[in-house]
Amino acid sequence: MKKPALAAAAMTAVLTTTAAAQDVAPATDTSVFVFNSVLFLISGMVVMFMAAGFCMLEVGLVRAKNAATICLKNIALYSTAGIMVYLVGYNLIYGVSEGGFIGSFSAWGADDSDPTGTGYAASSDWYFQMVFVATAASIVSGTLAERIKLFPFLIFVALLTGFIYPIQAGWVWGGGWLDARFDDFAGSTLVHSTGGWAALAGALVLGARDGKFAEGRVHPMPGSSLPLATLGTFILWLGWFGFNGGSQLALGTIDDAISVAKIFVNTNMAACGGVMTAIILTQLLYKKVDLTIVLNGAIGGLVSITAEPLQPAIWQAILIGAVGGAIVTFAIPLLDKLRIDDVVGAIPAHLFCGIWGTLVVPLTNDGVTIVGQLIGVAAIGVFVFGVSLAVWQALKMTLGVRASSQQERAGLDKSELGLEAYPEFVSG
Amino acid sequence: MKYIIAVIKPQKLDDVRKGLVELGIEGMTVSDVKGFGRQKGHSEVYRGAEYQVEFMPKVKIEIGVEDSIAPVVVEKIRSVAKTDRIGDGKIFVLNLEEAVRVRTGETGAAAL
Repeated sequence: MKKPALAAAAMTAVLTTTAAAQDVAPATDTSVFVFNSVLFLISGMVVMFMAAGFCMLEVGLVRAKNAATICLKNIALYSTAGIMVYLVGYNLIYGVSEGGFIGSFSAWGADDSDPTGTGYAASSDWYFQMVFVATAASIVSGTLAERIKLFPFLIFVALLTGFIYPIQAGWVWGGGWLDARFDDFAGSTLVHSTGGWAALAGALVLGARDGKFAEGRVHPMPGSSLPLATLGTFILWLGWFGFNGGSQLALGTIDDAISVAKIFVNTNMAACGGVMTAIILTQLLYKKVDLTIVLNGAIGGLVSITAEPLQPAIWQAILIGAVGGAIVTFAIPLLDKLRIDDVVGAIPAHLFCGIWGTLVVPLTNDGVTIVGQLIGVAAIGVFVFGVSLAVWQALKMTLGVRASSQQERAGLDKSELGLEAYPEFVSG
Repeated sequence: MKYIIAVIKPQKLDDVRKGLVELGIEGMTVSDVKGFGRQKGHSEVYRGAEYQVEFMPKVKIEIGVEDSIAPVVVEKIRSVAKTDRIGDGKIFVLNLEEAVRVRTGETGAAAL
């Protein structure tokens, strides 16, 4: 299936380049259809790989005794998201009537009856949307690591990916009531803040890890593998080109190709800004650069540029990302002061930077108002946080969400999976 | 026979090994350990929160030697492992009752 499509894409590329050198020939319906679909598919593939990025970042920042469990949670949440987006999520996002509040409760099926009308293969779009939903769920697992039980977590993920995310995404991307007044290009609010709000609600209901805030002090629990955490961050950074670039939703014309390329550059530069800011600030604050905060700085920069990766000039993209890096650097110890235990720093990077990225859009986009952005941030925040809090509370009162103190001390790998992530002493 | 246990700074392990090989020592057992002495721990910052590192990483060397060369071995380890800074480690000397070579069954000094 993929090979002929790619060959066709390559041929069209040759033709377009030659045409562009002379007078620009209009794109044919076929070339537009193929390029749009290829954009969705390739972008979707790297966004899918962000699941691996989150997994490695999280496994690196948890202690070795919880490493295998966090791996399982990540592959399970990705799969849960896939099934839920098929069963109900997609049509909740895109089945919403214009200006409406909620889409239709039905399973998705590919409709390719009018290819030139839609302009892309229906399944390529479904795939691209599905991996976005999984991203939001990945954010939650990091915050709640090292203490949450597997099945209550997966039940929450199913509700998040099947209902909570799709309903609010339908308000904007599905053409619902927020669409006319609120702008969020690739999901600073719709994806990242949504994941962040859900994580925050979970962290409040779940409580901190045993001993994290004992005796009125903060007790750091250093991660088990900083190389893995760094690899995970690089994977996320790579995936973000698909996340933001793919959100142009079209690659069939010269204008679209230029836009996608600009988005790549701005996305990259925002991350650079986030990293350098975190390096400078941690050096100034702590007299030593803090690698894990720097990694969060990269994510913070990326989340910040996600609401509008196309319009900013390069220097603006760097600054937008730099503010994201600063937010992360200051918010991590702030959450500790508030006694909120966020194992990987997902709340600062995804929730706080998501809000910042969304609110700064009016700076570069005419026609987007700060009031409209505030309404969107607040409406989605109240909805996602409120529903998530209710779901977490309900899970707490029924199944229970927390591993026992004894299990937590032994590590979830032992109590949940009955194994060790690194069993070097078991046998030669 | 004496059993010598030396807990030293990890970065000194290679120098100590070379020094002991020069003395004709033919084997040793080494392990990564953590501990504290007068040096105590020190404070570090992780993700913005200061914390006390209570146990410092050290390397523990264990060697069985004949009584006659024990003082030389101890002095060699001491002189090589010394950095004149706090936390250089400790050397313990114990009486060693018996040694057996697993392959041949030799015992006593012949097994060392």
